[in-house]
Amino acid sequence: MNAFWIILTGSLVATCCSLLGCFLILRRMAMVGDAISHAVLPGIVIAFLFTGARDTVPMLIGAGLLGVLTTFLIEFFHRFARVQADAAIGVTFTWLFAIGIILISVFAGQVDLDQDCVLYGEIAYVPLDLIITEGGLSLGPRTVWMLVVVTFLIGLFIVLGYKELFLTTFDPAFAAAIGISTTLWYYLLMGAVSLTTVASFESVGAILVVAFLVAPPATAYLLTDDFKTMLGISVLLGIIASFAGYYLAVWLDGSIAGAIATVTGIEFLLAFLFSPSQGRLRRQKRVQTVGH
Amino acid sequence: MQDFLEFFSFTDANIRYVTLGSMLLAASSAVVGCFTLLRKRALVGDAVAHAVLPGVCLAFLLSGTKNPFILLLGAFVTGWLSLVVIDYITSRSRIKEDTAIGLVLSVFFGIGILLLTAIQQTGNAAQSGLDKFLFGSAASLIGEDLIAFGVVAVLLLVAVVLFYKELTLLCFDQAYARTIGFPVRGLELLLTTLTVFAVVVGIQAVGVVLMAAMLITPAAAARFWTENLKVMLVLAALMGAFSGIAGAFVSYTAPSMPTGPWIVLIVSMIAILSFALAPGRGWIARILRQQRNKTRILEENLLKLLYQLGELRQDYGSARSLEDLLERRNIPKKEALSGLQKLKRQGYLRKEDDRWVMTPEGEKRGRRVVRLHRLWELYLTQYLNLASDHVHEDAETIEHIITPELEQRLIEELNYPDLDPHSARIP
Repeated sequence: MNAFWIILTGSLVATCCSLLGCFLILRRMAMVGDAISHAVLPGIVIAFLFTGARDTVPMLIGAGLLGVLTTFLIEFFHRFARVQADAAIGVTFTWLFAIGIILISVFAGQVDLDQDCVLYGEIAYVPLDLIITEGGLSLGPRTVWMLVVVTFLIGLFIVLGYKELFLTTFDPAFAAAIGISTTLWYYLLMGAVSLTTVASFESVGAILVVAFLVAPPATAYLLTDDFKTMLGISVLLGIIASFAGYYLAVWLDGSIAGAIATVTGIEFLLAFLFSPSQGRLRRQKRVQTVGH
Repeated sequence: MQDFLEFFSFTDANIRYVTLGSMLLAASSAVVGCFTLLRKRALVGDAVAHAVLPGVCLAFLLSGTKNPFILLLGAFVTGWLSLVVIDYITSRSRIKEDTAIGLVLSVFFGIGILLLTAIQQTGNAAQSGLDKFLFGSAASLIGEDLIAFGVVAVLLLVAVVLFYKELTLLCFDQAYARTIGFPVRGLELLLTTLTVFAVVVGIQAVGVVLMAAMLITPAAAARFWTENLKVMLVLAALMGAFSGIAGAFVSYTAPSMPTGPWIVLIVSMIAILSFALAPGRGWIARILRQQRNKTRILEENLLKLLYQLGELRQDYGSARSLEDLLERRNIPKKEALSGLQKLKRQGYLRKEDDRWVMTPEGEKRGRRVVRLHRLWELYLTQYLNLASDHVHEDAETIEHIITPELEQRLIEELNYPDLDPHSARIP
């Protein structure tokens, strides 16, 4: 049963992250996702201090706000202070992360958080924190329920805003011309990324969030030219990685999040070599055939 | 105060190690960071920092010892490999650089975490200390570390000094460097190696996530104060060194405070202040500049209006009401009024009852704006063959920008003209 809950958690995180990641990598904003996933730390700590417990809702709100603030700061540094784009990302997220760690040390007594949990989470503990009704009936882990809600919200966001997201991603000029606010959808997308990051945070840690945001979409991008197919493939790849990663971790007796990230890397490597349209080996063969 | 004196007398060997170590580390990575920043590849430092972990773990697994040199060698190999992989993916597929960086960063780090946790499960007594590479521990620097830091810092600085010209060319004009026969590939390799060196050493003090800041933040801050690369390198090194010392001082006065995050926090504050306050490139300086330009344009437009009214009625010396002005041009009333007040203070206008009249200086300045406007219209119609009804908008903008030298050239080019395309006289 534990294996089921862990794999389900991984798959839910994979679904949210891969869907959003497809938009991110096509907007060349993969590193913004990385930045948000680190920068929400102070938000989580502050929410923790206010409520004194690992309450889900305040933590989601606190970290969600921080995520949007990160996006805003990056934009602000880049647009108004004209800091080079990559430097703006680097300065912002390291700054906020440093503040988060300092807050943790200042309130070490009150905050039950540590750095390793932030970086690579503890997905193995997910099945331990169950919701139990008054009748003593177990409804399954709390994290899973939260992730189900978040996945539903993200799915809804993408389905309802598909046209706007698609247009602002591929043709911002056209989108603006027909009256879609690119700024609004930019911040909505980043808000969604923040929400996902935070919801996945305790269970899988920042590193797996980044891996899911980038690796499955990048792999899918090598496999198809159709955007909807790309969304589908990346979700599928994320879920496969959750399965395979879990068993790899069990076999090596190591971190599950680390193992899942490793598997997403292997998936990418395979696509990079063997993709029918984009793969290295296919291309080389094609070059040889043309050469003959 | 006593803390302060005690700290800066450096009598305690531990303080000496931590402070010197943090300072050397911060300064040398800042110098290398300047080059990666200028090559627009600031975030690769982040990828290297994450990619170091699997190397450390593999080195430990293969050698079975915690010998720092073997661990550093492992770190160096995977850190270097990560950069090669990023380059390979970006150049051989349609994956963009930011995606490649994110991918390499998370996958290498994932592998590292998997190995690290697997090692920890085996309960090998020697494994403790590997996670120094994860979170860094500047406060526990010892003499041995300091020697390693010192050696690397000196090596990095010497390399930068020796290859200064080559690295500069690589950052600013790669194509030119290639044409004149510089080994561009080799230089890229050199810069990569320097970056990996800086990361591998620095990471033990500040940890995986914050290492990126040591490379990027001082360089980004220094960039705002100067246009000269040498000055930028020195500034970045100074900013880095200062935050290194300050971070060590904070964690000395409050021992529960982690040194690394404080170094990063301090250098970030320096950077944010630089973004805001630096003269020239800074945010506030730019806003002020924009404001000044806006005011100047408003003033010139007002004087132009007064002059045109004078032209219309063949009478430059009598006073006009605000309504007269606004009738001819749509300026928000409040703005126009404050502009007129300013012009009065500067001696371009006089106020008579509620009406305004140009002083001789004001008339001169107004005439010049009108002249520039009409000259430019004429220039556009004569030299670009634009229709005379299309040139007004353009002239509205340029009339505030043309310098006296340019004005002289225009007059000469147009052969001392009398009339503009709308047959108005050029004053």
